[in-house]
Amino acid sequence: MNAATETLRFVRAQPVDAAPPPNLVRGPLAWIRENLFSGPLNTILTLIGLFLIYVTVPPIIKFFFIDAVWTGTNRDACRPEVLGRPVGACWAYIIDKINYFIYGSYPAQLRWRVDIFFVLLAIGVGWMLWLEAPKRTLGAIYFFVIFPVLAYMLLNGASWLGLEHVPTSLWGGILVTIVVATVGIVFSLPLGVVLALGRRSRLPIIRMFSVIFIEFVRGVPLITVLFMANTMLPLFLPEGVTVDRLLRPLVGVAIFASAYMAEVVRGGLQAMPKGQYEGAMSLGLNYWQMMVFIILPQALRIVIPGIVNTFIGLFKDTTLVAIVGIFDLIRTIEASRVDPAWAAPTINTTGYAFAAIFYFIFCWGMSRYSMAVERRLAAGQHR
Amino acid sequence: MPTIAQQAPARASLLYDPKLRAVVYQVVLTLVVVFLVYTAATNAVANLRAARIASGFGFLSTSSGFDVNQSFIPYSAATSTYGDAFLVGLLNTLVVSAIGIFFATILGFIVGIARLSKNWIVAKVAMVYVEVIRNLPLLLQLLFWYVAVLTSLPGPRQSLNAGDLLFLNQRGLYVPKPILADNAWLIPFMFVVGIVGTIAFRIWAKRQQEETGRQYPVGLTALALILGVPALVWAVLALIGGRPVGFDIPRLQGFNFRGGMQLYPEFVALLLGLVTYTAGFIAEVVRAGILAVSKGQTEAASALGLRAGQTLRLVVVPQAMRVIIPPLTSQYLNLTKNSSLAVAIGYPDLVQVFMGTVLNQTGQAVEVVAITMAVYLTISLVTSAIMNIYNRRVAIVER
Repeated sequence: MNAATETLRFVRAQPVDAAPPPNLVRGPLAWIRENLFSGPLNTILTLIGLFLIYVTVPPIIKFFFIDAVWTGTNRDACRPEVLGRPVGACWAYIIDKINYFIYGSYPAQLRWRVDIFFVLLAIGVGWMLWLEAPKRTLGAIYFFVIFPVLAYMLLNGASWLGLEHVPTSLWGGILVTIVVATVGIVFSLPLGVVLALGRRSRLPIIRMFSVIFIEFVRGVPLITVLFMANTMLPLFLPEGVTVDRLLRPLVGVAIFASAYMAEVVRGGLQAMPKGQYEGAMSLGLNYWQMMVFIILPQALRIVIPGIVNTFIGLFKDTTLVAIVGIFDLIRTIEASRVDPAWAAPTINTTGYAFAAIFYFIFCWGMSRYSMAVERRLAAGQHR
Repeated sequence: MPTIAQQAPARASLLYDPKLRAVVYQVVLTLVVVFLVYTAATNAVANLRAARIASGFGFLSTSSGFDVNQSFIPYSAATSTYGDAFLVGLLNTLVVSAIGIFFATILGFIVGIARLSKNWIVAKVAMVYVEVIRNLPLLLQLLFWYVAVLTSLPGPRQSLNAGDLLFLNQRGLYVPKPILADNAWLIPFMFVVGIVGTIAFRIWAKRQQEETGRQYPVGLTALALILGVPALVWAVLALIGGRPVGFDIPRLQGFNFRGGMQLYPEFVALLLGLVTYTAGFIAEVVRAGILAVSKGQTEAASALGLRAGQTLRLVVVPQAMRVIIPPLTSQYLNLTKNSSLAVAIGYPDLVQVFMGTVLNQTGQAVEVVAITMAVYLTISLVTSAIMNIYNRRVAIVER
């Protein structure tokens, strides 16, 4: 009986393997359908997007790589009529001028000093930005006190060390861009902290001065501040005192950046819970002890993304010193692209492309860093 | 025996009195500032006297003797004063800022919304645009547009031609120039009438909806009133023979263009640079604003039975705007301030004309710098004052 039912059973004992889902539900085809062609509007948008990619990406790749010229010693390397083919970026020009773009007219036999400056700067920046670095307090002292002195002696020269004096009129290119940006950050951060504390102060006159300074500087364009530093700084000093041509825009940049930094730091100070202030006071700390040991370490930590973003803006703004006659990277490109030895149709674009790559790498890198810190700081809020 | 409360408090040394300290700090700071300002002022006076530079604002009414290529008011080197040059520069700054703000807003909103699109390609294209634009210095972008794009264009005879209406060559962009007839005022007038009519209709429609529940197509009516009425008037006027606005279309004659309106390459480059740059920042502002409206709001709106369009119009946009408007205004201010980079490519804005040429000719650095800064400062402060009023109005009222 039992055996009979078993033999008679016409229901399968084994399950059938599931058929793969149709291509239009899963897999790349379905993804394309879902995300790119889900409706008429979406299809039009996709086509517009593809069209934009089509008109921008291939010409850029063609210009940067396929038609580019990599070797050569003068303009003949990059002239289409000499080469007999369309010419894209003339990288030979960049390679030929690279020392000028990095050091400006800094004497060739002394350029090792600039290299050491770059290394020292990299150490300081790395120390400051790496949040788990050992002895970060020492790092801050190095970056804000020791490094500026070393850098000044290295770049400007120090006769008692046997370092020959190099006038700032010879500095140029990336060196000046980095110097302006570094001076901006080294001076603007402490100044910004002081201004932010002043703006949050209970003392009305101190608060008033801080507010006037911050709002005034933030209300005018950097270029006017630079013009002011250029034309009015010499006027305000006693007769006979001359200010170095490079120092004037440095003062302007530091003043300008400190006002923006102050607002970032103020954001951090305001974000501190009141309990932190009250806790510090109940421990008997005075104002400066409270700020230095309790409030600022926490406040500055939470505004690191803001500081880095301000610094990105500052880094981009350093290009404006070119307008008041300082040989930064932009100015060296402007000067070298009209060199008759390299007169070729794509020289202008190549020069700007080089500068664009330089600025993009730095700014994009910093913005990635700032986003990573932001994510890390927000880690405690994830559930 | 006196209780503790009755005991005179232990007098701390005067050195540790916080009130006295506060006064001392502030007095010292004030003295330092006054001293600095005084020294700077006396030095400046001495230096100016030594350099034989006049002071005061009298130079504004002396003849300028230099020419400016783009001017919206009558200006000539022979008859105009430095004061006129100031006005020319100020107007040029305001014009490029206003046009720039208009286009940057449109482009910025498009890119910002595109970044949030569910369409992968569109979102990525917008993302690449924003990343590239925001990470390159504006000055570099301006030089690129000016040197590498506009001045490398072909000459007038090989102009890039858009429908025989727009011509782009190395001398600039040639566009049709509107020529207003006597009755042209009717068009903007009808436009204003249309706006007033729309507002009235909207109020009426809202009251009707509240009383009877019936809805009226406000959007379509607004379109008809604001655009349709002026178009109708235009058509009627054109039919009876008096065309209100004619266009002078640029034509190539010999080696140059005649007629039309020539936009100088400096202006076009500055506008292109400012618009594309600021749009990148506005896009991020818009994206942040839309993301700030929590998903629950959209869901609640759907639960109430609102359609997608209504959800967007009545729920998402009003809340997003609250987040968007303040940073958007600061981007507008940035654009206005950034227009001062015009000096790098030679567009005659306030900084180029006044802080550049006038300062060089007169040498009156203090006055010129003060006036220029005052202009930008006024724009900034007025805008932020308006923003504060707006913020107070739209701020969420907390209980």
